[in-house]
Amino acid sequence: MIGLKYGRTVASDVSTETRGRLVSPAGARRRFSLPLGADILTAAVVFLILYLIVRIGTSSDVPLPPPNNEIDLNPWLLPGYSLASLLRMFIGLALSYVFALVFGYWAARNAKAGSILVPTLDILQSVPVLGFLSITVTGFLALFPGSQLGLECAAIFAIFTAQAWNLAFSMYHSSLTLPKEFDEMSRLFRLTAWMRFWRIEVPNAAIGLVWNGMMSMGGAWFFLTASETISVAGNDYALPGIGSYAGQALKQGDVGDILWAIAAMIILIVAVNYLFWRPLVAWAERFRNEQSAPEATPTSSVLNVLHTARWPRRVGAMRRAGADRLGRGMRFLGSDARPIRSGTSTGRRVWDFVFWLIVATILVWGIWSLLDYVMDGQGPGVFLEPFGLAVFTMLRVFAVLVLSTVIWVPIGVKIGMNPKLSRIAQPLVQIFASFPANLLFPLVTSFLVWSGISLNIGGIFLMMLGAQWYILFNVIAAAQGIPSDLREAMADMRVGSWLWWKRFALPAVYPGYVTGGITASGGAWNASIVAEVVSFGSTTLTAAGIGAYISLATAAGNQREVLLGVIVMSIFVIAMNRLIWKRFYRLAEERYSID
Amino acid sequence: MTEETTASPIVTVDDVGQTFAEAPILQDVNIEIFPGEIVALLGKSGSGKSTLLRCIAGLLIPTRGEVRIEGKRLDGPNPDTAMVFQTFALLPWLDVQQNVELGLEAQGEHEKERAEKAMRAIEMIGLDGFENAFPKELSGGMRQRVGFARALVTEPKVLLMDEPFSALDVLTAESLRNELVQIIDAGKFDISSVVIVTHNIEEALILADRVAVLGSRPGVIKEMFAVDLPRPRDRDSRRFKELTNRIYDLLASKPAAAEPAPRTERFSAPGARDGSPPSGSGAPVKKGPKMLPDAGVDAISGMADILAREGRRTIRHLADDLGLDVDDLFPQLDALELLGMAEAADGRIELTGPGLRFAHADIRSAKEMFAAASLRHADLVGIIVRALARSDSQKLPAGFFRDLLARHHSDRTVRNQMRIAISWGRYGELFTYHSEPDEFVLDHGYEQAAAAQVQPQ
Repeated sequence: MIGLKYGRTVASDVSTETRGRLVSPAGARRRFSLPLGADILTAAVVFLILYLIVRIGTSSDVPLPPPNNEIDLNPWLLPGYSLASLLRMFIGLALSYVFALVFGYWAARNAKAGSILVPTLDILQSVPVLGFLSITVTGFLALFPGSQLGLECAAIFAIFTAQAWNLAFSMYHSSLTLPKEFDEMSRLFRLTAWMRFWRIEVPNAAIGLVWNGMMSMGGAWFFLTASETISVAGNDYALPGIGSYAGQALKQGDVGDILWAIAAMIILIVAVNYLFWRPLVAWAERFRNEQSAPEATPTSSVLNVLHTARWPRRVGAMRRAGADRLGRGMRFLGSDARPIRSGTSTGRRVWDFVFWLIVATILVWGIWSLLDYVMDGQGPGVFLEPFGLAVFTMLRVFAVLVLSTVIWVPIGVKIGMNPKLSRIAQPLVQIFASFPANLLFPLVTSFLVWSGISLNIGGIFLMMLGAQWYILFNVIAAAQGIPSDLREAMADMRVGSWLWWKRFALPAVYPGYVTGGITASGGAWNASIVAEVVSFGSTTLTAAGIGAYISLATAAGNQREVLLGVIVMSIFVIAMNRLIWKRFYRLAEERYSID
Repeated sequence: MTEETTASPIVTVDDVGQTFAEAPILQDVNIEIFPGEIVALLGKSGSGKSTLLRCIAGLLIPTRGEVRIEGKRLDGPNPDTAMVFQTFALLPWLDVQQNVELGLEAQGEHEKERAEKAMRAIEMIGLDGFENAFPKELSGGMRQRVGFARALVTEPKVLLMDEPFSALDVLTAESLRNELVQIIDAGKFDISSVVIVTHNIEEALILADRVAVLGSRPGVIKEMFAVDLPRPRDRDSRRFKELTNRIYDLLASKPAAAEPAPRTERFSAPGARDGSPPSGSGAPVKKGPKMLPDAGVDAISGMADILAREGRRTIRHLADDLGLDVDDLFPQLDALELLGMAEAADGRIELTGPGLRFAHADIRSAKEMFAAASLRHADLVGIIVRALARSDSQKLPAGFFRDLLARHHSDRTVRNQMRIAISWGRYGELFTYHSEPDEFVLDHGYEQAAAAQVQPQ
């Protein structure tokens, strides 16, 4: 199931995004062909949205709800806590899918919407999820004074931001690469807009959506557990859930309870994978657009049981009757009976101009107001501190990448080339990658406290806890995908030792490595927000870095600094993606892809 | 379907022209489709025959002229037509019946009625028993039957078919063709006319009442003639063979208008020194460089070997002997002709002196001959070499030539042409191409090739 490719090559070169051909565990298939100007423009748009949220959140004079951090550490309550976390997760996932279907499709169908949405989604992907959380949490808390609901919303929103952009890209990409004959068929048979969406577009996107959902849910556990316990403006808040249970255990320095939380988390991840994603992945195979059956299809025993049961059939018959009525009701949405091309009139060009003029005006005014807010009368010097701190964090991210590469690439290659080993290792690595590393922080932290190692160095290991698995996972998948005749040819020519690595193994896994590296890099930046300030019992360790800057500002309720920190971090992430990963990715696609 | 047609046309294609990104695909096309007839649109790849079909379907609105259905100008998908696709275009997630019902569902028919109609169509087309199967469980022939049923069930006035048999193996195609004729003749479905796009001459002659032969780039109608043969048609009859040969000639012959003045004068070598494309002044660059046929170097020399062995042959026999469609041979034959290594006339083709020498040469000298010939005759290769020779570093970015082509051609054509030119130039060691900085570098074979011929400039 791992080597499966759900990306398709994009034939057209007018699309603003690069073809997503590589498989990424977090589904973070980044797109890179935007010019610098578009980057700056859309980054400005995204920052403005964040700014707007901050202003709305802080302008309301509603007092924050009283701190609420009552979490009972009785292990028997853990199943209940797990279910609460799970519910949040699925609500977030459902919202992400709705967002993805609507906005992904809209961006693909409407050129003007696409020209704004696609770059915006791309930048949104680069804003650390926990940054979103820091910025929105005050607003959500203020929205529902005196109730847990605000915090619930913030947690669900964090899950949403961890998945929605990816899924929307997946939908957009599938819709854009819809086989031409399906488009022609739909127009010629004059399908209704409703039919085209549900009969053609959604099924066509289904495999990508399911895989992306599964992969990004792995990353989302991290954000869920991090968002269940949070300090805002000096108050600690906790939602009943597996993350807050671990947080409470952490505060009390109780290693035994932390181990309980870890065990519950593993069970949760495995169960969700087995009972939800595997059946879904196997079921989605029916939407594969190859007209002949592939050699190995994903299977699920749960799905097989469902197939033999009688009730799904009954539900299916009822659903069909309902769908028929609904389909006829939705005829008012119009039909697809339009020619493929229509000319652009001058009137449209004038409207284009007016449109962009309005956009530009709002942007300039907004950026002015934003700068005014974050500088707070102190001039551009306010950027100095976060920029300096971000350099420290960047060095830590580099260290994470270098260490993960040196350790896991050789191991990944060896595992991937050994079918027996990879059959055992791969599900394990997938669990590691999905496992929220912040639950492990206390164990490492207690070691750091005991040994006296500074968090400035130790933070690297905390960030690596979660990030490294993406590299391993993708290198294994890439090594598995190497055609066996290539391996035989190497053996036949007696290509050995260093030459074998240099000319064969490393180039062959390079595309997988790059995908893993991009994801690991994003994961490490995100992790810095929780890894640069950690406490264990009564000891709190702080590292110098932009992550600490943001979480300290969140805890102090300083929204101006939170915004400043998130903006600076996003700029670093975007710059790193564009300046480093973009090149690696191109090289991987053009030179090292085995197809 | 052979009765006299004096009625007014159902479809009128009136002076239609279609341009994509300034590249003309169709030009001055006029056709009328009358009730009760089957018309074949026949042409090589690149003749715009599928584009023409999509204009009739209303999928494309022509950039010049118009298509009328019973006198009404068409400005969107044509409700009176239904299409059968080359690739079937069945939705893999719907079963046979759901696929067949799709068009009816779109018209808002109720579940019961559309199921009845679909089942009837499924039965008539010989698919009963398969209604719950998914497309991936079916063979190619069965899939295309679903395609037919889906189109016929909506009872269109005009059935449009875009190379409906070309994705099938020979035997399946043959049996499906016969069934199609029977279904249409039996009048089981209320359709009036059929337009079929094909590159297969025999298919056109077996099915059609009239055949329109299209020329390539831009697509124009070279000739339109009635197939005056009784049905069922006998491939071995003298008249059938005569018609086949006549069409081969038509397809193989170059349009007279496209034959230019001496090649070297049609475009100047680009002003390489400053890296800018040549301005509009000076030599006329009206049509840009002549297109290279899409033939790999191995296929070209393979074809030369065959011709050297066989002597003067008709193209049709050649195709038959090799078990190929004539469409498959055209690129290689065109390439040999372009390079001055073969000559075609009266549907026959023969190697020239240089062609014979090329076929018999060892690999070293074959490469040299190929280099000299493509430097002289293959416009794009010549342009690249001359521009490289003039530049100080003997290097030029590939984008420069791409831009040159892009002024007259679609992106896809540009990519193809660059790919062909690169493989020809590499084989002849005229230049190499480095994908990393995306640039051309002059190779050592250039001087020899240039010396081997009278320098054109």
